[in-house]
Amino acid sequence: MAEAVRKPRVVRGWPRSSPRPFGARLLWVLPPVALLALFFLYPLALVVQQSFRPDSGGTSLQPYADVFASEAFRHALWTTVWLALASTGGCLVLGFLLALVIAFVPLPGAKGVARFIDVYLSFPSFLITLALLFIYGTTGIIGSFQFLTTPWGVLLAEVTYFTPFVMRPLLAAFSQLDTAQLEAASSLGARAPRIVRQVILPEALPALAAGGSLVLVLCLNEFGIVLFTGAKGVTTLPMLVYSKAILESDYPGACVVAVVNVLISVGLYGLYRVVSRRAGA
Amino acid sequence: MGIRFDSVTVAYDGNVVLDSLDLTVEPGEVMALLGPSGSGKTTALRAVAGFVRPASGRVFLAEKDVTDLPPHRRGIGMVVQQYALFPHLRVDENVAFGLKARKAPKGEIRGRVAEALEMTGMAAYARRFPRELSGGQQQRVAIARALAIRPEVLLLDEPLSALDARLRSGMLTELARLHRELPGVSMLYVTHDQVEALTLADRIAVMDKARLQACGTPRELYRSPADEFTASFVGGANLVPVTVGAGGVSFAGTELKVATEGVAVGARATLCVRPHVVGLGQGPNQLVGVVREIQWRGATHRLYVEVDGHTVMADLRELKDPPAHGDLVSLHFAPDDAVLLAAGAGHG
Repeated sequence: MAEAVRKPRVVRGWPRSSPRPFGARLLWVLPPVALLALFFLYPLALVVQQSFRPDSGGTSLQPYADVFASEAFRHALWTTVWLALASTGGCLVLGFLLALVIAFVPLPGAKGVARFIDVYLSFPSFLITLALLFIYGTTGIIGSFQFLTTPWGVLLAEVTYFTPFVMRPLLAAFSQLDTAQLEAASSLGARAPRIVRQVILPEALPALAAGGSLVLVLCLNEFGIVLFTGAKGVTTLPMLVYSKAILESDYPGACVVAVVNVLISVGLYGLYRVVSRRAGA
Repeated sequence: MGIRFDSVTVAYDGNVVLDSLDLTVEPGEVMALLGPSGSGKTTALRAVAGFVRPASGRVFLAEKDVTDLPPHRRGIGMVVQQYALFPHLRVDENVAFGLKARKAPKGEIRGRVAEALEMTGMAAYARRFPRELSGGQQQRVAIARALAIRPEVLLLDEPLSALDARLRSGMLTELARLHRELPGVSMLYVTHDQVEALTLADRIAVMDKARLQACGTPRELYRSPADEFTASFVGGANLVPVTVGAGGVSFAGTELKVATEGVAVGARATLCVRPHVVGLGQGPNQLVGVVREIQWRGATHRLYVEVDGHTVMADLRELKDPPAHGDLVSLHFAPDDAVLLAAGAGHG
């Protein structure tokens, strides 16, 4: 799930105008590339290869045909995409509002909250889900709410868990914002909503794009949250991979779904970057 | 519409940064708040804009108490050192921002944006983004943006400090022209640069250590400063300790003829002499000393002459045959070019 995030970093982190000769540079590049190939590209290639090997033997597109024809797959595909998009949207809205409050409303303890967000990012995703189960689940504190096992429960859990991933870059962006601009706007007669819309939001777009694309990719591939909440009623692509591989022992089928999942992740991520760049981010 | 500070005190965490300021800016007047950094001048300006809340005292705009009004309801134009333009908006959109925020009629906005850009000479750049402009151009846009809402009070916080020296003097001329074209607009101009204050202001309020030290026209402050801080901060001055006698003072064993009204005979006082009134050679009120430093400044020479352990500066028209380092020279000044500052009038 982290591949789409990790891959470009190798390229980006490399200094552009290195004074080292080409041979020496190659030597430096080789170990990380080799590691990447061994632990990421090779397994990925195996998955892709397996997806063309039906149980009946030989190499064919049969596994793809089988998977694409199944109602379960199409349903999971749709669920995965809309859940990821909705969660991303929810995280962006909620994260933007919360970050605004933390950054610009003089509250006692705002710094503490900002620091807590860093800690929150390190929590495993199912922990949040577990907490939600304790509150809303069938034996929960508040009582039995059936919605946790529906897509809405997954959406709630994903928004809860992933919102800080949007807030982190936003808070960094807000701390860079020139307060003189906010003051200029307000002395020109603008009230808070206009300042947020016309001064803060445009400058937060790159941070929103960064946070949003991260959350989108993470949501597309989220497994823990779906397993813990919606397991009964909600099937996403990662869930489908799991059930095909572990429960049905249908390895080619699982690999097909995995390949589709990777393609969708990379595709949607790319689309998102293009769109957000167009929007001036 | 004027500005009035009524014993305005501002404190951050018990630290007083503006100490009971009483000051009135008349309608249409340019008042410079002049002082070193940390003198409280910017705090005073921000109290007018509404960005700091006085711990005590009131701020009035046109005799209306605005102390409790939020910034967006004060109707003030504000220009700051770093321009603070909105980077994602084009020049004309920047200028239109205030008009839109105040819900000006759509048909009117275009005309008033054009007018403001015309006034600041930026009409040709209306469709540019701020990042495509030089510092001086950006500051013109910021001024246009502030003027577009037709404020009766314009606050300028070190507006020229980010510009280089040549641009600065050009912008100073521009600001003076704007003031002539907008005679009704009161301006509060915060600066640490005495040239800007002397050039532009109708009156100067000299601030130091959170307090108002002196207030008057540039000529008054320059000709007859009330205290040592004002004398040295406005225009630069030789300040030498003297003993007051009858009809003059004595300094370094020399009798100097200066006006001594209001100062008791035998008292210690400070004599203030501007460097440019000091001449080289024989004359009345003569001081003899050793040249310690000589600087050529194009049109003038600046001499640093040590007289009895005190350094006296003299700005002289470029000398054909300047004295050398270590030469013994005599300096002189006219009696009415010197001002006697009574002891205790100094600040601190």
